[in-house]
Amino acid sequence: MPEKYHIATKRMPPRLPRIGKFGVVDWREDCAGCHNCVKKACVYDRYRQEAQYIKGLNDVNAFFSECMGCFSCVQKCTKGLLSLAVNPAYERLGNGYFTPDIILTTWDQAETASIPVSGAGYRGKFTGDGFDSMWTDMSEIVRPTRDGIHGREYISTAVDIGRKPSQLTFENGELVGALPPLVDIPIPLIIDMLPAKYSFLQLIPVFVAVAARTGTMAVIDWNDSGLLGAEKEKNLSHIIFYLGKDTPLPPEGIIRKSRLMEIADGDNVEPRIKELKSVNPELVVAVRVDLDAHGGQRAIELAHQSFVEVIHIAADIDGNQVGAAKPRFIKDMARDIHTSLVKEGIRDNVTVISGGGIALTEHLAKQIICGADLVAINLPLLIALECRLCQDCRDGFACPAKIETLNTDYAVGRMTNLVAAWHDQLIEVMGAMGMREVRRLRGETGRALFFEDLEEDTFGRLFGTRTKS
Amino acid sequence: MADSSVQEQRAKQVLPENTEKTLVPQVEIPRVIKPAPSRFRNEIAKYLVRRSNDCVHCGKCTEVCPYGVHVLKSGYKNFAAPRQQFCIGPSCRQTGHYCVYLCPQQALKMVENPMLKCLGDYRWTPDMLLATWKMAETGAPPLPEYGYDYETGASGGGFDRLRFKFADKPAVELADDEIDTGLELNRRHDGRPQIKIDVPWYGGGMSFGSVSNITQLSKARAAVAFNTFTCTGEGGYMERMRPYDDHTITQVATGLFGVREETIQRVRIVEFKYAQGAKPGLGGHLLADKVTPAVAKMRETVTGISLFSPFPFHSVYSIEDHKKHMDWIKHVNRRALISTKVSTPADVDMVAVGSYSAGTHIVHLDGGYGGTGAAPDIAKKNIAMPIEYAIVKVHRFLEQEGIRDKVTLMVSGGLRTSHDIAKAIALGADGVVIGTAELVALGCLRCGRCESGRGCPRGIATTDVELSEMVNLEWGTQRIINLYHAWRKELVDILKRFGLRSVRELRGRSDLLMHLDYTNDVEPRR
Repeated sequence: MPEKYHIATKRMPPRLPRIGKFGVVDWREDCAGCHNCVKKACVYDRYRQEAQYIKGLNDVNAFFSECMGCFSCVQKCTKGLLSLAVNPAYERLGNGYFTPDIILTTWDQAETASIPVSGAGYRGKFTGDGFDSMWTDMSEIVRPTRDGIHGREYISTAVDIGRKPSQLTFENGELVGALPPLVDIPIPLIIDMLPAKYSFLQLIPVFVAVAARTGTMAVIDWNDSGLLGAEKEKNLSHIIFYLGKDTPLPPEGIIRKSRLMEIADGDNVEPRIKELKSVNPELVVAVRVDLDAHGGQRAIELAHQSFVEVIHIAADIDGNQVGAAKPRFIKDMARDIHTSLVKEGIRDNVTVISGGGIALTEHLAKQIICGADLVAINLPLLIALECRLCQDCRDGFACPAKIETLNTDYAVGRMTNLVAAWHDQLIEVMGAMGMREVRRLRGETGRALFFEDLEEDTFGRLFGTRTKS
Repeated sequence: MADSSVQEQRAKQVLPENTEKTLVPQVEIPRVIKPAPSRFRNEIAKYLVRRSNDCVHCGKCTEVCPYGVHVLKSGYKNFAAPRQQFCIGPSCRQTGHYCVYLCPQQALKMVENPMLKCLGDYRWTPDMLLATWKMAETGAPPLPEYGYDYETGASGGGFDRLRFKFADKPAVELADDEIDTGLELNRRHDGRPQIKIDVPWYGGGMSFGSVSNITQLSKARAAVAFNTFTCTGEGGYMERMRPYDDHTITQVATGLFGVREETIQRVRIVEFKYAQGAKPGLGGHLLADKVTPAVAKMRETVTGISLFSPFPFHSVYSIEDHKKHMDWIKHVNRRALISTKVSTPADVDMVAVGSYSAGTHIVHLDGGYGGTGAAPDIAKKNIAMPIEYAIVKVHRFLEQEGIRDKVTLMVSGGLRTSHDIAKAIALGADGVVIGTAELVALGCLRCGRCESGRGCPRGIATTDVELSEMVNLEWGTQRIINLYHAWRKELVDILKRFGLRSVRELRGRSDLLMHLDYTNDVEPRR
């Protein structure tokens, strides 16, 4: 049996005070001073911790966020002095796409490296925009036509990056021609550069270390490679150097030892790839295409070129088309590209890496179903460091999460935990789908249910035409 | 359909004399409505009423308020705390009972309770929780003047966008007692008992472990009162449940926890649980903290070790294997009906037909937004389709296959109110299975902390001895009976407004529904 892919994790408690969803407002005036005060009966022991904090015995003010909103003290206080309120700090977290709930669950996963589990049913909207308008399927009775019965440990999340020949030719038992180079990583996720809004140069070595710990790769701008120092040489197999359109090529030594490099799209794509390949024929080169108005078409065009092996399609950080007034969403754009390549019979000529809008593991799984081979993430890893996407850093204010002064080991630990939790959750959904390999999940829309299709097939037949988009 | 004497004869062949029935005397619970007020001192109210020190205790407010918010007990100088849970809010202004205006000292103040922001969510809105609590308290639908918007949630899809097309006047005027809400569960006419329940719903599977003894027993006792069923879930069968054997469904789930030949023989319905809506394809979860010695003993496991049931049944790879399982249960208990609980994958219609051909009496679909004691968050939201779609698909396919009237279709997964029940039936289900709503009746507010530590802070979904004592058995039973009664009343009301004599006539009547996001111009297919 091959060695199992396993990410070693360790609990990484937060450095900053936690932010919970609820807070109890305690109106002490008029307190009757009951001996059996309801505060003593708090199931979560919140008030005892508060008392200790006030006494100075315990300087961890975690109690501020331990309120779980059960209303028990509110409802039992003999004078009705306690009230519950939504924590304003919670409401301020994140933004419209990375909602407070996403920030909190990411923090939780970065701390514990475990799958978030909770009681009671789903509490959200019936459906929504983007990834919320589809569901992954499951397999009721595992049928022989599917992947058969298996334990979680047999589910592979590995992917190959590069061109995959559609057939092999043999002559006298010998393979004819050379196989194109492939890079394999054990999880369908690479670490992308941070967007300009959230640029923390000191995190570059951290990203490389996380990639090395988890066996994946990190995209690093070659212009920033000076920040890596000796790490650069040591971890080359986990680094994807990104070369802007006019960035001069790195020294030959670096190119020779690299597995994968990424170049910006432009009119010089072909000569650049050929130049890189001439130094290292085993190098895989990805082309980064911004998904603007012409991005989708451009990606399809590139896939037709014999010199292109990997296309990295990049939407904006919320998964939207770049610079469009009515942007399309990454899932739909990826689906179009995938379908078009399948129709033309050239899907396996290129690997599609999809970036932007991936905030939760479910997005990763859904994006692969919609046709990406793997995804690139950046902001979730930044959130793992207790970033709350406030963008204060952009305006030159001090970071509330103190990312500048972060201990490297701690940062690597938090991000590694997050990747491990995502890996485990990916295995959960794949297990439910009855899939054994993430490679086979790519473009497998038969393993997903789309809102529009379901509506049309059920309510559409009963109630006519849908008037609300 | 065979005539009754033939059926009787067949029943004798299928059910030999030695069939082991339950040996324990069964308890009778009367279907009586009694007030069961909140077990908490301060009820969560929609409006807060405050009295300032300007009050001169003139007693004017007690006179104007018809709802009894203001109480000045005789012999007392000061008012008791306002019973703000009875306040109907500013709509009093129209009827001239608005105490805030009428107070000569202007000592009263009324505001909408800001704490409601902390309560509920898109699926269970604060109003829905408050209204369900009211129903559990009084046994009747909440008075219209309270203005609870509780018939639909705020999820923006599915049931929440469906409405009934009520006519101004029903086609036939019917009295309440002319309307039948009963449901036959055995439509195969295979000689097994014809079980009829009085309301078109029964209680969903909640194991001892996920919920407390008291919760399970309260559910069972309410089921007895309404001649319906409750389900033990996958964690086995307490001795204390035995006096309710005739109203119990026991589950054979993938973990086979607590499944023994005798537990199967005692009951009238046995349910195969393939999957659960909240975590389709994953198997049951019971986290370590809740595996107390009592739970571990019943499940024959080790205290303090998390229990994750496998998925799927490791002996079922096909419908034929499913039939083999079912035949085994049918052999062990010759009088039981079989229910098959499955989740809602894309091919749910095929699964339902397959289960029917394997011999099931009841197909139970649990939709993707269903309740749970513990499930990965990623599974709750993202795996399998919501129940609304599944009902339509399965109902249509069963009709096409010509077997719609040979199998009972029960559905669950996010049904919260009697209106949801009626809509599910109108979309094509025969009946529904209820889970979370019963817990809400017991005081659950869906804080979602059922899974770990000591469990539920409200003493419902917990195995902690101290916490589970927060719920009293009599009170719990009464709350669920009251909720059932209010629901039945609302259901009868809906049927009456359509002039339908029985809930069975409502099944598949999607022409009585409209969807707010559609043109609603399809010719009714009847």
